[in-house]
Amino acid sequence: MRFTPSPEQRQFAASLHDLLSGADTPGAVRAWAEGRPEPGLKLWRDLADLGVTALRVPEECDGLGAGLTDLVIAFEVLGYHAVPGPLAESVAVAPALLGDGERLRALAAGRLLATVALPPHVPYALDADVAGLVLLVENGAVYRGEPETEPVRSVDAARRLFRVAGTGGALGATDGSAFEAGVLAVAAELLGAGQRLLDEAAAYARQRHQYGRPIGSYQALKHLLADVVTRLELARPLVHGAAVTATARDVSAAKAAAGEAAYLAARAALQVHGAIGYTAEHHLGLWLTRVRALTGAWGGGAYHRARVLAGA
Amino acid sequence: MDLDLDAATLDFRGEVRGWLAEHVPRPGLPSMDTAEGFAAHREWEATLARARLSVVTWPREYTGREASLVQWLVFEEEYYAAGAPGRVSQNGIFMLAPTLFAHGTAEQRDRILPAMARGEQVWAQAWSEPEAGSDIAALRSRAERTDGGWLLSGQKTWSSRAAFADRAFGLFRSDPSSSRHHGLTYFMIDLRADGVTVRPIPQLDGEPGFAEIFLDEVFVPDADVIGEPGNGWRVAMTTANNERGLSLRSPGRFLAAADRLVDLWRQRGEPEWAAERVADAWIGARAYQLYTYGTATRLAEGGQLGPESSVNKLYWSHLDLGLHETALDLLGADGELAGPWTDGYLFALAGPIYGGTDQIQRNTIAERLLGLPREAR
Repeated sequence: MRFTPSPEQRQFAASLHDLLSGADTPGAVRAWAEGRPEPGLKLWRDLADLGVTALRVPEECDGLGAGLTDLVIAFEVLGYHAVPGPLAESVAVAPALLGDGERLRALAAGRLLATVALPPHVPYALDADVAGLVLLVENGAVYRGEPETEPVRSVDAARRLFRVAGTGGALGATDGSAFEAGVLAVAAELLGAGQRLLDEAAAYARQRHQYGRPIGSYQALKHLLADVVTRLELARPLVHGAAVTATARDVSAAKAAAGEAAYLAARAALQVHGAIGYTAEHHLGLWLTRVRALTGAWGGGAYHRARVLAGA
Repeated sequence: MDLDLDAATLDFRGEVRGWLAEHVPRPGLPSMDTAEGFAAHREWEATLARARLSVVTWPREYTGREASLVQWLVFEEEYYAAGAPGRVSQNGIFMLAPTLFAHGTAEQRDRILPAMARGEQVWAQAWSEPEAGSDIAALRSRAERTDGGWLLSGQKTWSSRAAFADRAFGLFRSDPSSSRHHGLTYFMIDLRADGVTVRPIPQLDGEPGFAEIFLDEVFVPDADVIGEPGNGWRVAMTTANNERGLSLRSPGRFLAAADRLVDLWRQRGEPEWAAERVADAWIGARAYQLYTYGTATRLAEGGQLGPESSVNKLYWSHLDLGLHETALDLLGADGELAGPWTDGYLFALAGPIYGGTDQIQRNTIAERLLGLPREAR
């Protein structure tokens, strides 16, 4: 047993982190929310160059044929940087739904962004206006999806949600593993977002002074943030473990725990920042609303806990 | 990244499971905090040792099997799943022994470890004092130099197992001019020696799970000092991280309890109001299992237990409480009836206190993992 990321996986995560740290991801998220996807699409092209979009595409279609553990390691970093776009949909789910080599090659190369709705847990297609391929999965069958022209508003303005209707005959069938991959990717994204919120809060607590002392020296804040550390540190092995076992029970445990941990991080981070964190100008809100949205997306806490109990 | 158990570990799991199925006493033993129960638990340690199962990670010469940490975790999973007795030798095998492996002499290891492994000598911990609880460095008990050893005087309290144990270990101030964590020495004490008075303290369940230890010029030979005199704080920190970090409450205990909780929930007709809490208990136990596999991997690759052991301790103490609270709530009016769930609950209530309180762990996490400024102490 070796239950820790491999040196190659650490290196991959570090490369992704370096790339995204050097890009203005908050700016790209804001632009994306305003319907200007260009900066975000530039990020996607850079991610494609590092192999992110090819992770789950089979090698015979120019992909990397990577496992779920590589996927969650990448998604934790993507969540940390709040990268906009249909990440789980295009990178984790679409490769498992498509049998068509040409489309798979386009996905791998980052030339094609795909999105997908899988009602009831994923009722809307994220960023269907940007995606070149919109899919709808119903009763195990995959269809082309026809999105409405106007998005439905999400609490996270950068998540542009579209209602979709199926068109034409089934393109293929899916056994549910595509849904599991999506859930797992979102769990990892939540974990990364939670870690970012914690890091933002800790940095602010070290630097902000009140009553002549850094606010991070007060136990009320220390203990709040210590609980966030604990939740995140114990959610991470669930995400990694679910990537190893791929059982529905572990995937659901990961999503429920990562959602809770990230949500606790979001609440704590806002409280530590105070009013400045509540402003539109401060970037904290990008993660706050992302976490709130993803907590319910791809199955909320009640659904995933029920799956845990069904499998326990 | 994988969770595969190798063939040797799978064989070991099979052996342990088979052995436990044959040997775990039914019904269970009386409480180890009674004279009768203590003796029964001591005998159980000897039974485990005869099968070389009392200290599986230790070297063979000390009754161990040189099992890996992962194998030890597997042993613990099987142990608690089988409902085997609590470990009366816990303080010795998980706190003192790691200290002896790190800082003891060969003579000390040869003399102490085999008797500990067989339950012939059961050890109590003697950390706290009336004025030194969370602030352990405020301890006042002292050690004075004498021919061939030391004379120990003072008072220890909340000493787990001390009511019936044979020996104890703890820190004493050997340099009277020192303060705080300087000038302390780590001693092993014979609780039957002249000058030792043990006053048992009944716990919430009425049984004396801990005791006060009064020492009045108790002679301790030099051979029972661990590490250098005056260096006791550093020596003791080895055990602190062991206690918090990995060994004190292994995941097996919580996995077994979570499975029992899910069974109880089913027996009670799967009430919807409790579903979230039951699921969270199961998820929490699984998280702790996987987290610990990660810790075992890092230690096997040469890593050390550091301040992250506070994360561990904070997590399992609340996991334990939540799990038992949920079970008692599921039992409704019968939840107050004394039985395994109330025993487990009373046991869990102490978790956020011993081995460093929740508040101490949170301070450690915030200051040492997040780099938040220390408060004036």
